[in-house]
Amino acid sequence: MERMALTRSALRLFSGRFTQACQVRGYADAPSMSLTFAAPSQVLYNNISVKQIDVPSFSGSFGILPAHVPTLAVLKPGVVTVFENDGSTKKFFVSSGTVTINEDSTVQLLAEEAVPVDTLDISAAKELLAQSQSQLASASSEVAKAEAEISIEVSEALVKACE
Amino acid sequence: SQQVRGMATLKMISIRLKSVKNIQKITQSMKMVSAAKYTKAERELKLARPYGIGAQEFYKKAEVKDEEGEKGQLIIAVSSDRGLCGAVHSSIGRIVKTDIAANPNTKVVTVGDKVRNILQRLYAKNIAMVVTEVGRKPAVFGDAALVAQSIINSGIEFSKGKILFNAFRTVVSFRTTEMPLYSQNAVANASKLPVYDSLDSDVIQSYTEFSLASLLFYSMKENATSEQSSRMTAMDNASKNAGEMIDKLTMTFNRTRQAVITRELIEIISGAAALETKN
Repeated sequence: MERMALTRSALRLFSGRFTQACQVRGYADAPSMSLTFAAPSQVLYNNISVKQIDVPSFSGSFGILPAHVPTLAVLKPGVVTVFENDGSTKKFFVSSGTVTINEDSTVQLLAEEAVPVDTLDISAAKELLAQSQSQLASASSEVAKAEAEISIEVSEALVKACE
Repeated sequence: SQQVRGMATLKMISIRLKSVKNIQKITQSMKMVSAAKYTKAERELKLARPYGIGAQEFYKKAEVKDEEGEKGQLIIAVSSDRGLCGAVHSSIGRIVKTDIAANPNTKVVTVGDKVRNILQRLYAKNIAMVVTEVGRKPAVFGDAALVAQSIINSGIEFSKGKILFNAFRTVVSFRTTEMPLYSQNAVANASKLPVYDSLDSDVIQSYTEFSLASLLFYSMKENATSEQSSRMTAMDNASKNAGEMIDKLTMTFNRTRQAVITRELIEIISGAAALETKN
């Protein structure tokens, strides 16, 4: 973020005298990034140009800027932060899903469930965590254990998102 | 005896008239139920479209092609359990049949009983899995995930695959479309895959499994909307036809009734005239 600010201020210093000679290409005029962020029953962003997206994935949380290297990732339960072009940020809690970054800087963020963070109820999240922990304690089969562990992971992330 | 016949015909016509009127009531109420379900389905489809289209983007951008192999073809035919909806099921069944005829090493997973019934006679061996209880309630992602999980668990292997469904266009038209399905090997060998950074087989496996569920969900939503709008049109036509039949039958009924009355009158008058001449 500091690098972007420095480049931008450097540009402003030079732009008056060196506009013809020096076409400094900073992050400020990188190609824009088109985001489609959707869940099966709702559309959050449909091919909207945004500045940055922070996603929680199983290979680590990372931020996506325009001209990010193409990749695929699987989403972990957690908070997705979208930095829109007008400077506002929006946070959404996602349960799971995939993120695709293509060569042409289009990003498809497909979440199984996505809700704005301010609609989360921390007491309900804590209750869910307690429930899943007791489920794990009483789980008998491998499948039940795995399901309880997934439930714990999601509820822990929910509680963290509320704080 | 002509008199008796006239009475019997009247009875028959009135029975027929009553039954056609009942049928018209039924088709009219089915049309209204379908109209309500269609409105809901179309609303949900509009919200699901960006999700469904987004789920297909990677395969287009990475230029994934069908695997070169002999593992055969997998067709997932999306329909439902209920009929009386026009050409929705038969159009899918027709395409599956021509596909199997062209490519006998094909496995079919039918979502819904109707396509299974169409294929049962000639291609029962090709049916790998049937999903029932489809169409009663609107599909949710969990349903698609369940189907996807069953397909994955069954260990079906394929070199090329597709999902066949009816894409919704307008209230009066739908188009039978196919969405390509790619196996994990096909994705791993995609021409543009090296462009994508830090991918391992775990990520590719999770990605393809999730996208199978997503694509299935989207095709189920599209198909449901096409089915409800098609049923609405079909029931509307049926009500109109029933209405025409009722008009014609009512005409016949009235004419027969008048003929019976005329005959009775003639008999009475000729009887009276015979008595008079006798006197």
